[in-house]
Amino acid sequence: MSAHVITESRPGQRNGRDGFRQLLSAEWTKLATVRGWVIGIVLAPFLIVGIALLNHSTCGGITTPGGPATTAAGCPAPPSGPGGEAVSDSFYFVRQPLGGDGSITVRMTSLTAGPGPAGLSPWSKAGIIITASTRPGSAYAAMMVTGGHGVRMQYDYTGDIAGPARGASPASPRWLRLTRSGDTITGATSADGVRWTTVGTTRLAGLPATVQAGMFATAPASSQTRAQTVSGASSAGAAALAAASFDHVSLAGPRPAGAWAGDAVGGASPDAGFRQAGGTITVTGTGDIGPYVPGASGSPGSTIGSTLLGAVLALIAAAVVATMFMTSEYRRGLIRLTFAASPDRGRVLAAKVVVVGAVTFIAGLAGAIVAVQLGERLLRSNGNFILPASTLSNLRVVAGTAALLAVASVLAVALGSILRRSAGAVTVVVALITLPYLLALTALRGGAADWLLRLTPAAAFAIQQTTPQYPQVSAAYTVSNGYFPLAPWAGFAVLCGYTAVALALAVFLIRRRDA
Amino acid sequence: MSEATIEVTGLRKRFGPVLALDGMSFMVTPGQVTGFIGPNGAGKSTTMRVILGLDAAEAGSALIGGRRYQSLRHPLTEVGSLLDAAALQPSRTARNHLLWLARSQGLGRRRVDEVIGQAGLEQAAGRKAGGFSLGMRQRLGIAAALLGEPRVLMLDEPFNGMDPEGIVWMRGFLRSLAAQGRAVLVSSHLMSELQGTAEHLIIVGRGQVIADTSTPALLAAASGDRVSLRTTATASATAVLTEAGGSVTSAGLAALSVTGLDAEKIVTLLSGQGVPFSEISAHRASLEEAYLELTRDAVEYRAADAAEEARR
Repeated sequence: MSAHVITESRPGQRNGRDGFRQLLSAEWTKLATVRGWVIGIVLAPFLIVGIALLNHSTCGGITTPGGPATTAAGCPAPPSGPGGEAVSDSFYFVRQPLGGDGSITVRMTSLTAGPGPAGLSPWSKAGIIITASTRPGSAYAAMMVTGGHGVRMQYDYTGDIAGPARGASPASPRWLRLTRSGDTITGATSADGVRWTTVGTTRLAGLPATVQAGMFATAPASSQTRAQTVSGASSAGAAALAAASFDHVSLAGPRPAGAWAGDAVGGASPDAGFRQAGGTITVTGTGDIGPYVPGASGSPGSTIGSTLLGAVLALIAAAVVATMFMTSEYRRGLIRLTFAASPDRGRVLAAKVVVVGAVTFIAGLAGAIVAVQLGERLLRSNGNFILPASTLSNLRVVAGTAALLAVASVLAVALGSILRRSAGAVTVVVALITLPYLLALTALRGGAADWLLRLTPAAAFAIQQTTPQYPQVSAAYTVSNGYFPLAPWAGFAVLCGYTAVALALAVFLIRRRDA
Repeated sequence: MSEATIEVTGLRKRFGPVLALDGMSFMVTPGQVTGFIGPNGAGKSTTMRVILGLDAAEAGSALIGGRRYQSLRHPLTEVGSLLDAAALQPSRTARNHLLWLARSQGLGRRRVDEVIGQAGLEQAAGRKAGGFSLGMRQRLGIAAALLGEPRVLMLDEPFNGMDPEGIVWMRGFLRSLAAQGRAVLVSSHLMSELQGTAEHLIIVGRGQVIADTSTPALLAAASGDRVSLRTTATASATAVLTEAGGSVTSAGLAALSVTGLDAEKIVTLLSGQGVPFSEISAHRASLEEAYLELTRDAVEYRAADAAEEARR
């Protein structure tokens, strides 16, 4: 044996414990040495940023980039609620101050659409309210009768507790009561003023000693009328109104002597106001008290998700590169050399997944960070306002967009390994992830779009959602308005589920099939 | 230190209705070039893929120095292989192709530059491999096989597409690698490519080994001990040689074919008896003839198969 000629161990060759690092290094070298793939990966962040910069949506009459600057301020931002979230807070308020613990009790005898041509909308609201102040966005708790959803206790814009389903009418009036004890408010209702049922209790943190208590009425605009308002061509009488009548009004507690005063909270309306005749007070108002929902009846406002619409294009670029990264080896027979060099095929797949996942994550992250920065600036300069979201939500949207690209690319590698054919695998990947999203964004509406975004990997785009859906606000909860049928992480989990299944199948097949 | 050998025992593999390997068994020893020869479809490439753990055999085993390929930690430092010179990402340069391969084995750039030099690719290393001629790709494949300085080399049809100069280079290169103590298995479907290179031959057909022999032994067996004799005195020559224990047959007018006696002995006998003859020659078979003789069955079988296939 000529052992003297060929040495057993060689300098410069590390030992096998870090074999996976060597595999990663090999796969990274493969990816980085094909120019087309590098271009594809680098293109991804530019696509995200590019689409963000193409968003020239304007609000309230405004500047076009390069055009003459106008003085218009654009759309005013909605007020912020106690939690910092954007809220709708406009209603007609008939009030008196309450300087300590006490209660307000009324009998509500009717809720109608008032004199306007619009009908009573299901979420028209009227009843009693205790609020920290008349400033929009103040903490509050209210007992109300709604147009179509019965008696409810609502508080601090997002809180909503259902009471009895039957509303109020002259034949069967509805008693409502709010009791304040410190900063705790209890809502109760009764059909006869004798037997009371508690609907709910809430604590309004930081409620001042003197609060405002009284009766209110408000009605959200239908999408048609709101759109007209937004475009500045509001026609009188088209606004939705709610008119409610109250008697047996009693306010108990420490308070200065005085009469009921009327306030149009959150902006005046020609039809809003109140009348007092004998013991009966009739309040007419328009607007809404609740969370601000962009897309609700045409409400303006952008989310940071709207600066990341280019993610779908970046995803296509990343997924195509990821697929080719796998399938091109099969096409050329190169996979045999790869497996001859690294016989543990599962580890080869793992190394490819790690390299592709890391590279696309970084590309996606870079694109998302820049797109959000520039996109927000551009939206604001065009008069739009960006709905506030928590730092955590914003982080989740940006990092989630990067993770969306990464996991989708991993899915592409897995599918490429299963199908082995470039064209087929690319088609499947793009069809599976981006087509449902694009359909939901454009052509499809309602149930079909919802199911696509629940069942397909495209559900993961929900990671870009920052505005929750509220059952107590009627709105067009569509993808184009930034809404998804699944919660952000739930949608992302759908993609991860597909990816896990595809990877498991890929590992099974890659070990079983001849190379 | 395990021996640098390839040991294949009883491999069986079926591709659908085709029995690709049917009890393939052989051993490749270090220090010489072993030719792996057979017609197309004899199972040469399949055997190599099974040895490399790329294809799974239904039965049998394939061991490198007593171990399964899959159990090798850095396989390219044990076995260098070239299965398909076209197996390249065309847009990757030759150097980068070798670089990723080197990194998968924990080897560095220096080793890449060394094999580029060994394969004579210095000028082309920075070019995209997709633009290479088949001969250049073969050189790149050889460079890849040599990366880990393996003690076992396995090359599938490395002469394919090479120009005459390249073939000469390849032959010398393979011999020198074997001379360093490596086991070198080289497949080909053309015996002529291996003439003067392979010291040992494994001839296969229909998924089996037909002959496993050293090259000189194969030649001797194919030639037999036949001697051609040209003489006008056919009758007396026949009598003398038959008397001496030879077996004589007529080979045309004034020509005889003799077996059982070597040429020197025949000359002595005929001269001693005063029988005239004009020419005497020991018959020498070429490797090609020997190979064709041995593989005729396998080729005919394939032809019959194809004919049957066509009738269906």
